[in-house]
Amino acid sequence: MKTHVFDAVIVGAGGAGLMTALYASRGANVAVISKLYPTRSHTGTAQGGIGAALGNLEEDHWEWHAYDTVKGSDYLADQDAVDILCKEAIETVVELEHMGLPFDRLPNGRISQRRFGGHTNNETGKPVMRACHAADRTGHMILQTLYQQCIKNKVNFFDEFHVVDLIRVDDTIRGIIAYEIATGELHVFHSKAVHFATGGWGRCWEVTSNAHSLTGDGTAICLRNGVPLQDMEFFQFHPTGIYKLGILITEGVRGEGGILLNGQGERFMERYAPTIKDLASRDVVSRAIFMEIQAGRGINGQNYVHLDVRPETVNKYNELAGDPKRIDRAYIEEKLPDIADFTRTYLGIDPVEEPMPIQPTAHYAMGGIPTDVHGRVLIGAEKRVLPGLYAAGECACVSVHGANRLGTNSLVDLVVFGRRSGAHIAEYCREAELLPLPTGTGQHVQADFERLRTGTGGMKPFELRRRMQKTMTDNVGVFRTEESMSKAIEDLHHIRHDYETRVQIDDKGQRYNTDLLEAWELGCLLELAEVTAFSARARKESRGGHAREDFPERDDHEWLKHTLCARDEDGHYSLDYKPVVLGRYEPKKRVY
Amino acid sequence: MQAKLKIRRFNPETDKKPWWGEYTLENVHRTDTVLDLLHRIKWEQDGTLSLRRSCAHGVCGSDAMRINGANALACKTLVSRLGSGKGDVINIQVEPILGLSVEKDLIVDMEPFFDHYRSVMPYFINDQPVPADGRERLQSPEDRHRFDDTTKCILCAACTSSCPSFWADDRYVGPAAIVQAHRFIFDSRDEGMNERLEVMADTFGVWRCRTIFNCTNACPREIKVTEAIADVKKAITSGKV
Repeated sequence: MKTHVFDAVIVGAGGAGLMTALYASRGANVAVISKLYPTRSHTGTAQGGIGAALGNLEEDHWEWHAYDTVKGSDYLADQDAVDILCKEAIETVVELEHMGLPFDRLPNGRISQRRFGGHTNNETGKPVMRACHAADRTGHMILQTLYQQCIKNKVNFFDEFHVVDLIRVDDTIRGIIAYEIATGELHVFHSKAVHFATGGWGRCWEVTSNAHSLTGDGTAICLRNGVPLQDMEFFQFHPTGIYKLGILITEGVRGEGGILLNGQGERFMERYAPTIKDLASRDVVSRAIFMEIQAGRGINGQNYVHLDVRPETVNKYNELAGDPKRIDRAYIEEKLPDIADFTRTYLGIDPVEEPMPIQPTAHYAMGGIPTDVHGRVLIGAEKRVLPGLYAAGECACVSVHGANRLGTNSLVDLVVFGRRSGAHIAEYCREAELLPLPTGTGQHVQADFERLRTGTGGMKPFELRRRMQKTMTDNVGVFRTEESMSKAIEDLHHIRHDYETRVQIDDKGQRYNTDLLEAWELGCLLELAEVTAFSARARKESRGGHAREDFPERDDHEWLKHTLCARDEDGHYSLDYKPVVLGRYEPKKRVY
Repeated sequence: MQAKLKIRRFNPETDKKPWWGEYTLENVHRTDTVLDLLHRIKWEQDGTLSLRRSCAHGVCGSDAMRINGANALACKTLVSRLGSGKGDVINIQVEPILGLSVEKDLIVDMEPFFDHYRSVMPYFINDQPVPADGRERLQSPEDRHRFDDTTKCILCAACTSSCPSFWADDRYVGPAAIVQAHRFIFDSRDEGMNERLEVMADTFGVWRCRTIFNCTNACPREIKVTEAIADVKKAITSGKV
C-alpha cells in the first residue's frame, strides 16, 4: 500500500470540498481526493441560483433570509447556524464574484437576482428577488470558478481516487484509505485532519435528480466509524422533476412566473398556499402534487402534473396579479436555456410551446454528519467534538436546513461552511501533531474488497439496488406510515443479508473496475437507507420533508429535537436525540 | 424495439488488441438514452464493460463517446435520434473518443486533455483591489454577454477529440482549451489577456485550427466553438478584444 502524507485530506471535489480546499490550503498542505474528476461533481448541476440578501432589485435583509430558512426548515434548523448562513451568504457571494464567477447582470452592472421558493419579503409575505444566478447553470459556474481558483492556487488533486475508509483511533484521526480507480491499488493518506464533502445519497430512491455517483460514501464511512448521523429521516423530494426521469427542473422556472396545473387545468397551489402559491416551500409543493395525483387530478389521471412556463400562461397570471412583467420566447431562452435544452432533448417538448410533465423527485438530504459552525464533526447528544474530523455540504448536517431545505440554500451552505471548515482546518493543522498510523491499517478494507471481488452467490448488485430503490420509493417517500416504514425496514434487512452473503460481480480485474466499486457503493446506500427508515419510523409527527399519514400534525412538545442514529458493529441501529437551538423565531404554524 | 450494440472493448490487463463486443437488448424505447443501454448491458449482461458517467443528463461531461461515428454524450443521445431502425431493430456502434489513449473499454486517458486546459491559465486574473464598498465588481449585461457562450463548457472533450488537427498532433491545445481561454479573454473584468493571447499565438495554439467545424458539431452544449476560436484569432491579429 502506498502511503502519502498531508496535513489535511479533503474527500470530495464539489463546491464544499473545493471551497474548503481553497481556504485550508492557505495554511496547510492539503490533498483533495475525489472519485470523479472535480468538474464532474454534482454541484455543477445546480440550476436556479444562490440566495443572498444583496437587495440589488428590492429591499431585502439577511434577517428575512434567516426567517425564511427557519420557517422553511419547519423550525428544526439551529437558529445560531442559520444566522451565520444568511449573514455570510452576502459576503461569500461577493467573494465568488471577485473570484470571477460570471453572474448575470442588471442594467446597472450589479448581480441579477430572481424569485425562488420560500424566499419572501417578511413584511408582505410576497416573494422577494434573492437568488443570484448565472442563467440556469449557477452551480456549474460555482463549480468551475472554484476549480479554476484551486488550479491557480496549485491545490493538490488526486482525481479518480475513491475514498473507502477513515482511519480513526479512539478519538483521534489519522487519515483515510483510498482505492485508485485506474490501478485497483489501495493508498493510505496519512494526515492530521480529514474533511468529508461527498454529497448526498438520492440513489436510494428510484426517481431522483441525483447523479449515479451520489451514493453517500462519506456519510456511510462516518457512520461505520462511530459517528451517529443526524436527522436522516428528512430527505427532500423536489416538486418538479421530469416525469419518470427525475431530472430537475429548477424552481427558477416558477421564479420566472411558471405555474403548476393539474389535469383540470387548475392552478391548484392557490388552494394549498394562498399567499405565495407556486413558490411555497418544496415539501409543501411536493405534497400538494402528490395529493392532486392521489385524488385523480393528475394529467389524464396519470402520475404527473404540468409545469407551465409558456409566455401566454405566465403573462395571463401576471396580468391577473397586477404584475406588469411580461415575458416572451427570447426571455425564456435567455433565462432558462438549460431547462429548454433538457425538455427538448429528453421529452421532445419546447417549454415555450407546451407545458412540461413533472413529478416529485428525490433530491436532497437535509440530514447527515453532524457538525458545528466550523465544520467540526460532533459526536452524540453531548455534541463532543472529534478533533481533526470535518464535514461540509450535503453530506453534513450543521443544521441549517432542519426538516426541509429552502431552494438556493444548498449552494449557500457549500460556500459558507466550506469556507469556515477550510479556515478552521488551516488553524487546526498548525497546532495538531501527525499521529502514527495504527498497525494493520487498511487490512479490513482489503478483506472487504476481496469478499466483493470473489463472491459467488450469483446475485447481481443491480438487482439488490433495484429492490432497495423500490422499497424506499414505495414506503419511505413523500408520505409515510408506521406500516410502510416497518415494511421498508424488513425489506432492507433482507436486502442487506443478500448483499452480505450472495452478491457476485463479473469483473475480477484491477483496472477501472467500476463493477467492484458500484458494488461497494451499494453497501453505503443500503446502510443510509436503513438509517433513514429507522429514524423516520421513530418520529411520530409530520414536519418538513417527513410527512406521516398516521401523524399528520407537527408536535413541538415531543418532537422539536434532532434525531441521532448510531450503528453498532453488528449492524444494529439505535436512536438518541438532542435539542434544537432556538433563537429569534418562535415555532409557529407554517402557512404560505 | 430491439437494439443491437457493437461496443469497442479493450482491457490491457487481458487483451492484446481491441475487439468488438456485440450485445442485444430487448424492450428498448425510443426515449432511452445510449447511457441507459450501456447500463443495461453492464448491469444485466456483462459487468466488465467499463465507462465513465455521473449526472446522466448532459451536465457533468463524463460520458463523451463516439456513437455511430460521431462524438456525443451517451446520456444525451436518445435512441430516437439514431434513426428509426430497420423494422424493429436499431443498430448502435459505440467507441471511445479518439486522440486520447484508451485505458479500458470506453475510458480514455484524460490527463493530456486537462494538461492543455491548464496551459491556458483557466482562471480569473485581476490583481486590482476589490471595490472599497465590499461589493461586487460591476459589469454591464452587454459585457457579460460577450463570453456567455463559452461559460457553458463542461470539459467533456467531445470537441477536442473530434478535431483532425488534434488527431494529427496532440501537442495542439485543442478547441476545449481555446474555449476556456476565450471565456477569460473576453471577460471585461479579467486582466490576463496578454499572457493568454501569447499561449494562443504559440505554434500549438489557435493557428492549428483549420476551421473544420467538427468541434462545433460535437459540442453537447451547443457552444459555437469554431466561432470562439475565430474570435481569439482576431484578438491575436488585432491585439484587442
